[in-house]
Amino acid sequence: MEIPYTVHKRADTGLYNAKLGIWLFLASEVMLFGGLFSAYVLLRVGAGEGTWPHGWLDVRLGTINTILLALSAITTLLAWAALKVKEFGKFKFYHACTMLLALSFLGIKSYEYYDKFHHYEIKLNNGTIADGHFVEQSKDFDLVKKTGTFTIHGHIVERHAELMDMRSDEAKKAVHEEHVIAAADIKHMENYSPRHNTFTAIYFTMSGLHALHILGGTLVIFYLWGPGSKMWKTDPERFTNRIEVSGLFWHFVDLVWVFLFPVLYLT
Amino acid sequence: MSLKAFHLIFVTLLTLLSFGCAAWAFANERPQWGWAGIVAGIFVIIYGIYFLKKLKRISYL
Repeated sequence: MEIPYTVHKRADTGLYNAKLGIWLFLASEVMLFGGLFSAYVLLRVGAGEGTWPHGWLDVRLGTINTILLALSAITTLLAWAALKVKEFGKFKFYHACTMLLALSFLGIKSYEYYDKFHHYEIKLNNGTIADGHFVEQSKDFDLVKKTGTFTIHGHIVERHAELMDMRSDEAKKAVHEEHVIAAADIKHMENYSPRHNTFTAIYFTMSGLHALHILGGTLVIFYLWGPGSKMWKTDPERFTNRIEVSGLFWHFVDLVWVFLFPVLYLT
Repeated sequence: MSLKAFHLIFVTLLTLLSFGCAAWAFANERPQWGWAGIVAGIFVIIYGIYFLKKLKRISYL
């Protein structure tokens, strides 16, 4: 039995069914991300003065990722446009570029996550705070037994508020060097994982969910580029519509990043 | 709405983001980033015009 309206438009909706389906799906996605953006705004405006971090994320990496996703949106459109004029070879090339750009985005995002998980805030017994990236720890390092040492590359501050604004003049002037800290001197230590504070929690939630969408979209594009592209020989119009639908999803994911980038990296 | 129309929305928002980032950079005393943002914004506008011409025959629906 043939599936109806995979190529031709329905008279009542004016769309082929897959396009109606993807727009309904994207409407649910708007609600999902809309809820998270609302949560971010409420947390941000509800935070006490000096308690919301600034400059914790690398704007350069965020900018590179924005460029990568913008380029991938263009290659997605060009891949679809190539099929419209029956140029299958160009479609293959443009979608290969899309996948490479998407994987580069995920690579950079992984590096950013790695960086955060290796970044430690260590409260010391003398009241100061050591903040920096993990270098090494001695074999006998044990916080409970208070043995061994933990080495970070960073700086030591007097007040916790000094860690909140990394764009401040004081933060820019801070000298970063290696600090070997004895376990006996540590009162409490924690990395910049989602549980660290409200900002890291919402950052990992929103950017992680977005990265999962990128991963899912890349898998779909890979299928359509590889094994799924056989349909081009048997039903080219339907295949072109599939590429359009996947392109709509990809554009939505890129659009979410256009909002995520300034909200997380620039505020 | 077709991919063409959605792409147009994306390009419009990307232009706004570029100029917004430029404003942010100037406000944060990073003029070289600010100029880069302005150049990027202009480039995106030029691309938008190019893409509209190239896909003239494809429907917005």
